[in-house]
Amino acid sequence: MYGYSGKILHIDLKERTHWVEEKPEDWYKLYIGGVAMATRLCWENIEVGCDAYDPGNPVCFANGIFAGTPVPVGGKYGLASKSPLTGFIGDSLSGSWLCIAMKRAQWDGVVIHNSSDKWVHVFIDDDRVEFLPADHLLGLGTYETEEAIREKFGDDQVRSATIGPAGENIVRFGNVTNDGRQAGRTGHGAVWGSKKLKAVSFRGTNGVTVADPETLLSMSFDITESAQGKDTEKYRIYGTSTNMLNMNKLGLLPTRNYQEGVFEFAELVSGEYLDEHHKVKVIACTQCPIACEQMSMVKKGPFAGAMTGIEYECLQAVSSNCGINDMTAAIRLVDIADRAGMDAMSMGVTISYTMECYERGVLKKEDFICEIAPEGLELNFGNGPAAVTLAEMIEKREGIGDILAEGTKRAAEHFDKERNAETYKWAMNIKGLELPGYDARALKTFAVGLAVGTRGGCHNRSAAYDPDIKGQTNRFTVDGTRGEVASRSEEYAAVYDTLPMCKFIRRCFTGKADRAGAWPAIAKLINATTGWNFDYDDVDQIGVRAHTIKKAFNIREGWKETDDDLPYRWKHDPMTIGPSAGHIVTDEELQYLKKIYYKAKGWTPEGMIPKKVLLDLGMDDIAEEIGV
Amino acid sequence: MVASTSKFKYIVCDPELCIGCQLCEYVCSYTKTGEFNSYRSRIRTVRVDEVLITAVACRTCENAPCVMACTRDALTQDPESGIIRIDPQRCDGCAWCIEACDFGAISINHETKLAEICNQCEDVEDGPQCVKICPKNALEYTTPDQRAQRTRRNLIKDSLDFPSKAKDPR
Repeated sequence: MYGYSGKILHIDLKERTHWVEEKPEDWYKLYIGGVAMATRLCWENIEVGCDAYDPGNPVCFANGIFAGTPVPVGGKYGLASKSPLTGFIGDSLSGSWLCIAMKRAQWDGVVIHNSSDKWVHVFIDDDRVEFLPADHLLGLGTYETEEAIREKFGDDQVRSATIGPAGENIVRFGNVTNDGRQAGRTGHGAVWGSKKLKAVSFRGTNGVTVADPETLLSMSFDITESAQGKDTEKYRIYGTSTNMLNMNKLGLLPTRNYQEGVFEFAELVSGEYLDEHHKVKVIACTQCPIACEQMSMVKKGPFAGAMTGIEYECLQAVSSNCGINDMTAAIRLVDIADRAGMDAMSMGVTISYTMECYERGVLKKEDFICEIAPEGLELNFGNGPAAVTLAEMIEKREGIGDILAEGTKRAAEHFDKERNAETYKWAMNIKGLELPGYDARALKTFAVGLAVGTRGGCHNRSAAYDPDIKGQTNRFTVDGTRGEVASRSEEYAAVYDTLPMCKFIRRCFTGKADRAGAWPAIAKLINATTGWNFDYDDVDQIGVRAHTIKKAFNIREGWKETDDDLPYRWKHDPMTIGPSAGHIVTDEELQYLKKIYYKAKGWTPEGMIPKKVLLDLGMDDIAEEIGV
Repeated sequence: MVASTSKFKYIVCDPELCIGCQLCEYVCSYTKTGEFNSYRSRIRTVRVDEVLITAVACRTCENAPCVMACTRDALTQDPESGIIRIDPQRCDGCAWCIEACDFGAISINHETKLAEICNQCEDVEDGPQCVKICPKNALEYTTPDQRAQRTRRNLIKDSLDFPSKAKDPR
């Protein structure tokens, strides 16, 4: 078998043992890699119904089909566990060096079972597994941990996925970091923390071979070249942060906890401003010829020295969304999140939620008193230094940070009960996962894509904002086509998330981002790697199956139709200014959208998956368990 | 003693342009071994502190220290091209050459335990493959003279804000 080793490594943290599972080629043809394979491994290995922090919740790595080869942007892996935020599938992707070390160690996937009673660092050295003590790494940030491990082994090719203090403190939106990239969302860091798993390192020394290296190389050369053209210009020059001004113009830029979609200071926190004042260097993941990561630094002022990669989603969450117009505070906030190992998006939305609690009088200055903030905090929208202090309180679970570290959904439940308040009305999450940077009140196709999303409020899994923003659909209204559009767009995204390839390459095959533009080239790349005979339809099915396995996982974990919902604010409070003012998604609209979406999927009106649909996808054992 | 770089051509990386994508390593290891494996690449990327990134290959030093250090005369330097050649029959993997190299440009093959070094793809028709794939033109196949020439030109281009005659205003 080319492209795969056929082997999954299982590791038991409690028993300190490991074993190897062999998988047949047909299994790989169904699940490929990335999020689909990681979810499938989670499906096979989880104790159904367990809490995310129970030892029965496994940590599942699944490598990419192109990892370790020169295929542009194929250097990614998938990571899945049950999410502590949503209670459903937590599937994330991360890029860069780790995946190639895993590939050269010849593991298609790694499943980590059980929990350790002492802090542990798992070192996978080709086919050897070591359980190393990790106490000396505790308290170190993500990057420091990686560096300490590399120093220990003296080998640049030892690559590690780690958690920072946030994961150690089981901050519910803690994440996992490798090589400065994150498996960012859904709380993997908290799961690792609950297992006392500080780091997983790989060293792989074996060469990677593919079925048809000449074709693979010549295609890679071509794609690399076209990735320097206009199709990736946006990512290369300003990075995704250029969206700040674009979204602001459309009235979709989350502002002051999603109260408005226009931020009067957008220029000051724009990608253009970042480029002019803070950019240090642009860097790339392994195998990536685009390089979108805008490494940005604060050079003077109270936050001097903060340096990290700044992207749109994190930037909007901590700037406009918190009313903050000081770019140095925004960089420091993302920097704290990245070092602590927590999701800057969830953190930003949790801070903005808290700011609104403060402005509406639910929380008072003295509620924030703790060691880091002895006088409490005046947490008005726009107060950058206070937001920075609050981020540190969350990371360390100090004072009220202990409650906020649970994320907006649980914090709102807590405060509403404790203070007889209604803060749930501005707790901006779906299924417990905080929202991304597009206001879906005026993106009606995206609204349904988010509501039904298998991992909650996420812009990566549903790409339905695209037709709305491009004007292929009327973003302010609802019609009968939207179920199909939302369904097709999430399956389209799922192809990239399963290979996985970074979506930023999507226009570089033929100039067109659609299926017709990309699938034939991707089929060719898959065939050159594996020697299979995939065609357009096979590539398309990858996305359908990836989405189906995630939904199946959720159904088995107790998903109900009412879980597919939108936050209160998007259903009740219209924005008052800008081109998206006046719109909400009414309950009638949402119910209608969900119905036509389930129908487009071929599911029952209640959103369950018929046996036949699963059998047609070759997912027989899943049909048996949850098919109706 | 730091080795003196010479008149010979070599592959050099501009750290300001390098993004750390490692495509040079993939292409190099494939060209040399038929497999993709950074450990077998004759050019190696380094990433320190996330933003300090470069790639290193043999600098074809004059009076190359690696050649002098070899106790078995396994290393020789081509007088025309400066390319270092390693005789696998004589090399015993003792790694003195690695100790002697100021650039970390030599590595040991994990399987054969013998030294490996960049040969500028002298046996490949269109020259160094790493330079060919580098997406940001960070890699250059050049001589110290050419490098100096370009640095001088850049110096004046970057530091003076004169209108350019090379650009037709129309």
